[in-house]
Amino acid sequence: MNWIWSNSDYILDKTIVHLGLSVPPVILAFVISLPIGWAANRFTRLRGVVLAVAGLFYAVPSFALLVVLPGLIGYSIRSNTNLIIGLTLYGIALMVRSVADGLQSVEADVRQSATAVGYSGWQRFWRVEIPLAGPVLLAGLRVVLVSTISLATVGGILGINGLGLLFNDGLQRDIMAEIVAGIVLTIVMALVLDGLLVLLGRALMPWTRGRSATRTGTPTVARQKVVAP
Amino acid sequence: MITANKKGRLTVLGAVAIGAMVALAGCASSDPLSSGDSSASGDGDTLVIGSQQYYSNEIIAELYAQALEAKGYKVDRQYQIGQREVYLPELESGKIDVFPEYTGNLLQYYDKEETAKSPEEVETALAAALPDGLTALKAAAASDQDSYNVTKEFSEENDITSLADLKNYSGTLTLGAPPENAERPYGPPGLKSIYGVDVTSTPIDDGGGPLTVKALTDGSVQLADIYTASPLITENDLVTLEDPENMILPQNVVPIVSDKVDSDAQDVIDSVDAVLSASDLQQLNSKSQTDKESSATIAKDYLTEKGLLDS
Amino acid sequence: MNLFLDAFAWLADPAHLSGADGVPTRLGEHLWYTIVAVVIASVLAVPAGYLIGHTGRGRTLAVALTGGARALPTVGLVFLLALLVGIGITAPMIAFVVLAIPSVLAGAYSGFEAVDRKTIDAARAVGMTEWQIVTKVEVPLGLPLLIGGIRSATLQVVATATIATVVGAGGLGTYIFRGLRSNDYTQMLAGSIVVIALAVALEVVFSIVQRLVVPAGVTAGRPSDTRSKAARPGAVTATPLTKGTQ
Repeated sequence: MNWIWSNSDYILDKTIVHLGLSVPPVILAFVISLPIGWAANRFTRLRGVVLAVAGLFYAVPSFALLVVLPGLIGYSIRSNTNLIIGLTLYGIALMVRSVADGLQSVEADVRQSATAVGYSGWQRFWRVEIPLAGPVLLAGLRVVLVSTISLATVGGILGINGLGLLFNDGLQRDIMAEIVAGIVLTIVMALVLDGLLVLLGRALMPWTRGRSATRTGTPTVARQKVVAP
Repeated sequence: MITANKKGRLTVLGAVAIGAMVALAGCASSDPLSSGDSSASGDGDTLVIGSQQYYSNEIIAELYAQALEAKGYKVDRQYQIGQREVYLPELESGKIDVFPEYTGNLLQYYDKEETAKSPEEVETALAAALPDGLTALKAAAASDQDSYNVTKEFSEENDITSLADLKNYSGTLTLGAPPENAERPYGPPGLKSIYGVDVTSTPIDDGGGPLTVKALTDGSVQLADIYTASPLITENDLVTLEDPENMILPQNVVPIVSDKVDSDAQDVIDSVDAVLSASDLQQLNSKSQTDKESSATIAKDYLTEKGLLDS
Repeated sequence: MNLFLDAFAWLADPAHLSGADGVPTRLGEHLWYTIVAVVIASVLAVPAGYLIGHTGRGRTLAVALTGGARALPTVGLVFLLALLVGIGITAPMIAFVVLAIPSVLAGAYSGFEAVDRKTIDAARAVGMTEWQIVTKVEVPLGLPLLIGGIRSATLQVVATATIATVVGAGGLGTYIFRGLRSNDYTQMLAGSIVVIALAVALEVVFSIVQRLVVPAGVTAGRPSDTRSKAARPGAVTATPLTKGTQ
């Protein structure tokens, strides 16, 4: 424990760097998944293909991907860009399904009424479909956020900055406190950011407030997120 | 139904939220995309000092850093860089200015076929093998090379004190070593061809640290490759086997500098290496491994003791 | 592209394919670790999941556990345990089981939950005992989601098992780390390719199994297209998505 107090600066620095490397991929993944998920939903033939590819991609082990990517994109293994690209790709693989499923859950009747009232396709998408798909999108985004933060620690073994470095150093020098600090901070960061995301969701979607997930009220889709990323 | 008011509120909230997240990420690390593929070399007289992903190497780098700072140089630290293929190009291009290295391994990196044996030979060969833009300063007496170790009991029971004795051992020999050892000329291939010993290798990637030592002491492996500067050897009463054929490559500490490092700075760095002996390095490592002190503290104490922090 | 060709050449080299350090051996180790971890995790998690799914109690705890476990960096756990127990497969195996349990647990209880209450009521009305309901109704109908959970767990373990070599337990990660530490990118790439191939192969196998395991006449609990209700044969496993959203 003493070790943690005397090295708190170092630990804090690693935490901040980790934050800076985990959050951008999540945002990027979300933004990039929207058009892909929309296309998968709109063109039924594309849906199967896109989801299958996304599923396969998520199967690719993270460590292996971080090694293979530099060969493809030219950045060095150790570079932060490598990690961010890898994390973003995983985020997209996870998020695409949420976007597709969320958009699919918007009933045809609602879509038709929106058109009847006068919304154009674009307006309908942003003002009706996305807000209604919101809760599903949020569930997916939460999963992406938490897994990205955890996955970013893998970079440490390759020498990429972040909380993962604590694991490597702790192993070499036999400092269990350091490894524990890394584990705890990763989990805490994930929980805190997840909580923030939930609050953000409530702020952006006031109509979902006050609704708790009852057994029958939780749709199969959200449960799928837990089971098969 | 989303009214115009709600839509406006949504957009604003959304924008603020995303903006906040981006700003947080942005100011969280000054430029997450830069440190790694292009380190900040700062203005004219800031020297960038790097280190390997090895705690002992970081201590040496910190020694250089603090010594330079004491003489008025500005220093930017970029520690825990993983691979040579990453930091050597950065050294060549001037993005990193000073890097503590080890003569044998660095020579091997540039010239796989090298045959130099003694520390002096290796140092000379290295100077010749380095590309333009990189200079090796004078190597320190301190070295941190591979060494094959056994437990005291094993050594006494089987009368083994040298690598040459190993072939007399009748049981199976398992070697616990860092992953790269398997393909080095002084690894299992060398043990076989030079000393006639067959070993099976178990890779352990803790830099010859606690896991490797534990594997040795609890019998999972009989032989362990531990770096000579590690305090764990004496702490655990291990016996380092002699290497009469000089199979193992010497690894003296040698600073590699870019062209940006002027002769005054070079002298400062040389002054550190001039006093760094093998036992000194062991003690520094012990402070890190056993006492868990940070490299900054260890460096400061050592330099003060040697009088190198007076400007 | 050159790099990939080199990597495939490395894999084709017979020297790398034989012996205790050969690709088949390491592949076998890697697969074995995965199977053992998932089996142990299933033995622990499936009964627990079934209990939660059938009785509905303990669900909040299970959901929280699943969510929180996703945040756990398994690499850190492996290193920590290794410092405690030494080299070998014990430390990583414990970590792999911890990694696998949440997904299997979630698969088990969500499989049970996806069974329409009406079906269960009908089973009760017909006179089935609780145990019969579990074994004849909930287990078969919940099987696709359970398999989905096991599939997810398997993939996570395969991915994480690359780290086993750091603590002296072998596996396909051996090539990756050896290549990393010796600046041998070809070897790193070769090892990565094998791991990826293994993961993808398992993914394909599982998706087939998941489809095969669905009882005849039933959908596999995937979100159904509510617009074409008429085309759906009695969808007992899918909760209509029109009923609320989160």
